[in-house]
Amino acid sequence: MRRFLASTVAASALALMLGIASARADDAVDPNAKQGGAITITYKDDVATLDPAIGYDWQNWSMIKSLFDGLMDYEPGTTKLKPDLAESYEISPDGKTFTFKLRHGVKFHNGREMTADDVKYSLDRVTNPKTQSPGAGFFGSIKGYDDVAAGKANSLSGVTAVDPYTIKFELTRPDATFLHVMAINFSHVVPKEEVEKYGADFGKHPVGTGAFKLAEWTLGQRIVFERNPDYWHKGLPHLDKITFEIGQEPIVALLRLQKGEIDVPGDGIPPAKFQEVMNDPEQKARVVVGGQLHTGYITMNTTMPPFDNVKVRQAVNMAINKDRIVQMINNRAVPANQPLPPSMPGYDKAFKGYAYDVAKAKALLAEAGHPDGFETQLFAMNTDPNPRIAQAIQQDLAAIGIKASIQSLAQANVIAAGGDKSGAPMIWSGGMAWIADFPDPSNFYGPILGCAGAVPGGWNWSWYCNKDLDAKAAEADSVVDPAKSADREKMWSAIYDKIMADAPWAPVFNEQRFTLKSARMGGADNLYVDPVHIPINYDNVYVKDVQ
Amino acid sequence: MIAYLGRRLIQSLLILLGVSLITFALLYLLPADPVRQIAGRSATPDTVENIRRQLGLDQPFIVQYWHYLTKLLSGDLGRSYIQRSEVTELIVSRLPASLLLMVGAILCELAIGLTMGLIAAVKRGTSTDQTLMVASFVGVSAPQFVVGLLLLYVFAVRLGWFPIGGYGSWRHLVLPSLTMGILGAGWYARMMRSSMIDVLRQDYMRTARAKGLARGAILFRHALPNAILPVVAMIGIDIGVFMGGIVVVESVFGWPGIGQLAWQAIQRVDIPIIMGVTLVSAFAIVLGNLLADIIAPFIDPRIKLR
Repeated sequence: MRRFLASTVAASALALMLGIASARADDAVDPNAKQGGAITITYKDDVATLDPAIGYDWQNWSMIKSLFDGLMDYEPGTTKLKPDLAESYEISPDGKTFTFKLRHGVKFHNGREMTADDVKYSLDRVTNPKTQSPGAGFFGSIKGYDDVAAGKANSLSGVTAVDPYTIKFELTRPDATFLHVMAINFSHVVPKEEVEKYGADFGKHPVGTGAFKLAEWTLGQRIVFERNPDYWHKGLPHLDKITFEIGQEPIVALLRLQKGEIDVPGDGIPPAKFQEVMNDPEQKARVVVGGQLHTGYITMNTTMPPFDNVKVRQAVNMAINKDRIVQMINNRAVPANQPLPPSMPGYDKAFKGYAYDVAKAKALLAEAGHPDGFETQLFAMNTDPNPRIAQAIQQDLAAIGIKASIQSLAQANVIAAGGDKSGAPMIWSGGMAWIADFPDPSNFYGPILGCAGAVPGGWNWSWYCNKDLDAKAAEADSVVDPAKSADREKMWSAIYDKIMADAPWAPVFNEQRFTLKSARMGGADNLYVDPVHIPINYDNVYVKDVQ
Repeated sequence: MIAYLGRRLIQSLLILLGVSLITFALLYLLPADPVRQIAGRSATPDTVENIRRQLGLDQPFIVQYWHYLTKLLSGDLGRSYIQRSEVTELIVSRLPASLLLMVGAILCELAIGLTMGLIAAVKRGTSTDQTLMVASFVGVSAPQFVVGLLLLYVFAVRLGWFPIGGYGSWRHLVLPSLTMGILGAGWYARMMRSSMIDVLRQDYMRTARAKGLARGAILFRHALPNAILPVVAMIGIDIGVFMGGIVVVESVFGWPGIGQLAWQAIQRVDIPIIMGVTLVSAFAIVLGNLLADIIAPFIDPRIKLR
């Protein structure tokens, strides 16, 4: 058994020698932060549920993180893992057993202490098919998962509560992403008695160990969070109260922000008002820009002629004028040349990809036997700006002779077409594009580029399946030792480079996040574009006008 | 009367049944797969099938519809796929807001429409009449989304008289009611004008004038009550128009009614909510029409219930 000091995944040699979990640097709270005050956030859509096993959308993702905690978390504003409800952890040399030591004295909002049994219960619950969790698949590497998923067992045989403060996970394979999996919302810890009390309505009566607790939920109108005075992380949260106002159009939210009625419009700056905001120095100063674990891409169905020919796919890659598309969306993105976004570990900075080159694209197309181009279909989601982007792609393709007709459909219909092997020759992914569930390069592979996703109803819309790369991916994910994480990232870079040689996608851009906040909001900028807490990190921000 | 009511009730039930069947069939034929939406991107095919089975979506259409119908008859509209709450609870929690907005809209359209129609009839043929009729035409044709945002910008953002969207006080109610009311006001102005002109031509109006009654007394005591009744009887039919309008207006103003609920459900293919809101709306429209028909003969004895 080796012990890895979890807070510093770079695992300093000194700490390894000491073999203890020392006080963690990230426990330090922003010394400038002021305590107290209330803020208002707006959203357009209803918050579906605050059940960590189920919630999987833009609004509730960060809310759930503030109500519940997991064994692991990330340092605020970064993608750096740290233990959270766990105090420390150990990984066996074969990478198949993870043992977590839990913090003592962590209390649920109902006052009861959280123990290892709660962790086990929460994982049994999220993997149980009756829960219908969209995140159940993340736990596939835990021993006994298949039996639970098939309804043959109620409990994961690979999860054992050794004692009230120790929980052990046995995996069927070494899984380098497991610590990330212990940080996603789906693994957050829930108290059994409250889940049983509310049944299917637990999502409307959430009880966790998080920094805030739910104070009020008026359906369709507002949700109010109140500071959890017993939060185990001393000094957090800074705010006393957060009010989420629901049903506010982004444009109305912006007007209200300008009048000082709200603090953060959760859905961001509406596209129609973007230039106006950015041209006003006063407002621009309150915009925080950050990367996002997102890539927008064009898929080409590798099983449908003529896209079964790699030269055609490469030609498409060279034909797309990404700079123009980025300009078209007011520079709210950066051009992409590979599947991974720049802020993702494993992003290959040296990789140049396919440069925009119409002549070369035409030559490649001729080599592939289509000197005069061909006719095809491009599917895209029907909400702005996606039809406009699809038109730009259509024009770029026309320049090399490819006549693409645009099928502009509702999101669910595009997803359905992509999941049908003969459904869509090309899809522009905008509006449905991949945003990572956790900051690890593997998360961009399996469901969208691996063989596992190339199934009817899957998300691998290019139907690209390279068994060799699947094996390499499995190999990379078996490198569990955090000390070798750089090697592992290199392995992943190589996998994505090979994918780009096969060109099942034409990556177009990586969206940037632009968070607009009121003048009274305080805290480091990276809290407002936190890669994990989308849109903002509610636990760590504060207001400047209290006391 | 009783026989008429019985017949109309049976007709109404058949209409509702038809609406439920057609909506259910359309949603069934939709190429989008709700199970995929629930299961998420990381789900294995097994998980997807499991959820499909639990929701009964692996059953043939007729079986699914039958299950829905039998549950519906016991008042159960099912559970939302995305929100995982009872659809009845979601609708009930939002219905008061929509009803309030509807009352506000009716008051607005009557106040504006009837006034405009009255003035136009009295000033018939003048430029005032023409201006009012053009205005009513604009009111009928203007898209509610644009009207809503325009009112919001002028009266809430610029002048600050009303809050910028939201719900809670009478001040919140004014702008969304006005947005909905402007559409109906156009109709009412035209109907009121022709109804009033019709009345003003009647013999008893000439008699009243011959008696030497003051102009105000003629208009408000004799003409108005006769002209207004057939117009007011149209309110029941308005409900159908409102049901379409609330989807847009509630979204613009952040009004927490069932229109907003429907709009979100459509975007997320949340079939139980779409079904529930459609049925509730259909019920409201059928009820509105029924009431209008029942009230009509009391207002105008020439109409008989048969």
